[in-house]
Amino acid sequence: MTQPLNVFTVAGRAMSAQLLRLNTNASNLANAGSTATTAAGAYRAIKPVFRTSYDNATGLATVDVERVVSAGPAATKRHDPGNPLANADGDVFVSAVDETQELVEMMETSRQYQNNVEVMNTAKTLVLDTLKLGK
Amino acid sequence: MALGDDIFGIHGKALELRSQRLGLLASNIANAATPGFKARDIDFKTALADAERTGETTGTAAENNLLYRVPLQPSLDGNTVELNTEQTQFAENAVQYQTTLSFLNGRIGTLTRALRGE
Repeated sequence: MTQPLNVFTVAGRAMSAQLLRLNTNASNLANAGSTATTAAGAYRAIKPVFRTSYDNATGLATVDVERVVSAGPAATKRHDPGNPLANADGDVFVSAVDETQELVEMMETSRQYQNNVEVMNTAKTLVLDTLKLGK
Repeated sequence: MALGDDIFGIHGKALELRSQRLGLLASNIANAATPGFKARDIDFKTALADAERTGETTGTAAENNLLYRVPLQPSLDGNTVELNTEQTQFAENAVQYQTTLSFLNGRIGTLTRALRGE
């Protein structure tokens, strides 16, 4: 971290992190119920790992996505001989994405994104007002 | 004491502290979903009093009066950001920042009129 943080970088990086979270939600929802021939090949829900990034010079803190991990329950085995992806035993592996959880998380993510947008708008107004000081 | 302190009185330092508090509250809101993050805030009244009394910079005064927020209802992941609290404080601080700005504007207006001899 070379650049010192300000309100705009704090909110901006938090927005990027929340957007990445929204992308993982979208990927998880899109792959809900998808099938695969092997347990390893089945889709597993992905989750971002958030980490606070402190700036000692200014005392501010923002958030970054440290990495994206495959989490969530393993795929469930279903006997479906008619499926073209079925293995020799006639089983397919269905990805176990918790759609309700993903939808709730999507709502939370969008709310937090909006909060950061609001922070940035307020900071912008205040900075512009300060520039007009004495006019 | 700098010339700016004579002209603007307490409002110059107040504006600096308000600006620092704005950044801090923005940090809290940014970390609303980070597990283990502890929300922090400045005790504005004490920080401003310290800066006035000791003549230290507002940065030092803010650092000395940096406190951790006590959550109303602790969450399981160790995060102490409560968005309703942070949003209220943020909005309040923004209004107070603008109030300080209008005090400064008034002072500048007074001085400008005095200089023009109107």
